[in-house]
Amino acid sequence: MNLDLKNDSSSDRILLAHGSGGELSHELVSSIFARTFDNPVLHPLDDSAVISVAGARWAFTTDSYVVTPIFFPGGDIGKLAVCGTVNDLSMSGARPLFLSSGFIIEEGFSVSDLKKIVGSMQKTASEAGVQIATGDTKVVNRGGADGIFINTAGIGLIPPGIMISGSNARSGDQVLLSGPIGDHGVAILSAREGLQFSTALESDCAPLNGLVAKMIAASPEIRCLRDPTRGGLASTLNELARQSGVGIWVEENRIPVKEEVRGACELLGFEPWNLANEGKLVAIVSSEAAEAVLNAMRAHPLGRGAIRIGEVRKEPPGKVLLRTSIGSTRILDMMVGEPLPRIC
Amino acid sequence: MCVAIPAKIKSIEGHMAEVEVGGISRTVSVELTPEVRKDDYVLVHAGFAIHVIDEQEARETMKLFEELGALEESSRVLGAEGSSEKT
Amino acid sequence: MKFIDEYRDGEKVRPIIDEIERLADEPIRLMEVCGTHTVSIARYGLRKILPRTIELISGPGCPVCVTSNGDLDKAIALARIPGAAIATFGDMVRVPGSESTLALERAKGRDVRVVYSPLDGLKLAADEPQTKVIFLGVGFETTAPAVAATALEAKSRGLKNFFIFSAHKTVPGALQALLDLGEVRLNGFLLPGHVSAIIGSRPYEFLARDYGLACVISGFEPLDILQSVLLLVRQLKTRNPRVEIQYRRGVNPEGNPRAQEVMARAFEPSDVEWRGLGLIPGTGLAFRKELADFDASRVFDLKLPPVKEHRGCRCGDVLRGVLHPQECNLFAKVCTPQNPAGPCMVSFEGSCAAAYKYDS
Repeated sequence: MNLDLKNDSSSDRILLAHGSGGELSHELVSSIFARTFDNPVLHPLDDSAVISVAGARWAFTTDSYVVTPIFFPGGDIGKLAVCGTVNDLSMSGARPLFLSSGFIIEEGFSVSDLKKIVGSMQKTASEAGVQIATGDTKVVNRGGADGIFINTAGIGLIPPGIMISGSNARSGDQVLLSGPIGDHGVAILSAREGLQFSTALESDCAPLNGLVAKMIAASPEIRCLRDPTRGGLASTLNELARQSGVGIWVEENRIPVKEEVRGACELLGFEPWNLANEGKLVAIVSSEAAEAVLNAMRAHPLGRGAIRIGEVRKEPPGKVLLRTSIGSTRILDMMVGEPLPRIC
Repeated sequence: MCVAIPAKIKSIEGHMAEVEVGGISRTVSVELTPEVRKDDYVLVHAGFAIHVIDEQEARETMKLFEELGALEESSRVLGAEGSSEKT
Repeated sequence: MKFIDEYRDGEKVRPIIDEIERLADEPIRLMEVCGTHTVSIARYGLRKILPRTIELISGPGCPVCVTSNGDLDKAIALARIPGAAIATFGDMVRVPGSESTLALERAKGRDVRVVYSPLDGLKLAADEPQTKVIFLGVGFETTAPAVAATALEAKSRGLKNFFIFSAHKTVPGALQALLDLGEVRLNGFLLPGHVSAIIGSRPYEFLARDYGLACVISGFEPLDILQSVLLLVRQLKTRNPRVEIQYRRGVNPEGNPRAQEVMARAFEPSDVEWRGLGLIPGTGLAFRKELADFDASRVFDLKLPPVKEHRGCRCGDVLRGVLHPQECNLFAKVCTPQNPAGPCMVSFEGSCAAAYKYDS
């Protein structure tokens, strides 16, 4: 028993790793938040809460954005704040309608940067067809926020008959991915001091509601949708496997990764499936619906690179198996902490 | 024990060079491989080039894989021919 | 990507495996001594596709794992120095010392920054003259020349706020110490490709000559490792143990003389404690007195806690190759990557972490 460390261990202090979307994040949510807030609406722990109001089903979600740097290749914190929440709503099959936006701004932050960010939010909102209907602003002392933090909450309407949840996957279903992974993660890393590499790669940050609408129109047999943000594809697949109690089997050779992402991963010692994406989704669909959904995805600009990466089986429940590029099979685990560049 | 990856030298300036791997560029030190030239491939570790890759040797290694594969292939083919001859 | 993708080609795997199967008609025990090999073997599921007669054992190849608690405590104590910023490779951040980790120290407000290169640490020091930047030097001969070059650069620039804590170690002496313990039965070694890029093949010759062990210096891609296993099996079948270089594109027999020279200019051999192996004379790298001003262990007066080993943790046994991670009582029950009992489970290249993460 790791008694020595427990006295002053991660159980006493929040670590950066608690926020990175991997094992520790999940542990924090389940042991503190889910346990305390315990209610049936929260229970499924999907990307959005689904509530029935006046005979209609609504999706409701929130997300906070603390990204550094604030401006990165392909976007900024504002664009991210809108896309992230629009996408979370879309992952329950909902049509996103309204967003709120709360700002926590550090004293001394540049007004012109604030204007750029807010402009970016409006542009993205309009592209996604949502309105930012309410908000709040707080200013904190220097050092109290990393420049600017943004929280967005959103509501959307789920079309009748659409039941999309992380717990719906069953044996025989097909696993689809909308395009190459790791772009956002690498774009952010490249813009950070200390790692000092350059690339033309941009974040894939984009609102996915249009793509999702097309997919739903192609078939109602979409079981699960999830966007692999922090924690990457590996975390998302593991979440789905656990929520549905199924085994997810994927093939390394089928997972699209851009050359630059592979290069950055080699350089820094990461795996692409541990890196964040902000404009991609994983869909688990019935095998009968797979072709129609895939075609619908490929017909949309954000799904051109869509591909079937694997399938769902009964065993082993709650686990993800990867068939490697050399044909052997092994577990694909969720990340534990933050992806840190390694040398050893 | 160390992650070192093959990267191509794009340009050299004094002790430093710009290298590229799969579209990612980085500046590294070539102090430990002063003989390096543009378009060489180097092994990069912790921001330093530590070895200039010998392309000829790399080709030799690949040839060995191919030879093994060819040996396998021909022994399978021979096996098949053998059995058809019997019939 | 050139020089990488070709060595991951699934088509080329089958013939190598078949040939190994054909030749390996009796049990063969091979040890790898490089954390990057540990990870590559696990990540590509190589144990699952090799015949059952081949047993791949992990040795003391993870530089972070073999760093003693005493040294880890020093690194953590350095983080607590007022006005100091630790610049470290990512590998070190979550590794537990006697009482704490760098991640925990950062959570308490200390300045801990992950860098990719010691040169990034140097740049940090140049950019922030008010900060005492202390770079944690961990790694074997692959990394030591880079750190040596950085120290020499710092000296030539006359930097006053840059320091390095050296926990660097050298491999060949440790292999000898391991064998002299007489505990682990081996037929051969998969030798570390990148350490060898620096030191060449000669330092290992004693392994074949004095211990009769088959030795192959291996690259890191799956095809490299599989080909190396084949070469080892061939050496054993022909009863001709020697030091062979499979990783020919990356290693010359003489290594990299320039890197060796830079290393020797900055460092001298010292006696250092290895987790699992105890004190091995001459296998540490300490800064020469000419670089005393940059040597964190000389410059700073450290308040150290009493060294406490991790109770119940059998990392040392795993590092000596006498215990498979899965055989440890704590493995996956009490000791997991989220809740590690020792470095082997939390380090990226730890054998226990690899076994847990890749189920191999």
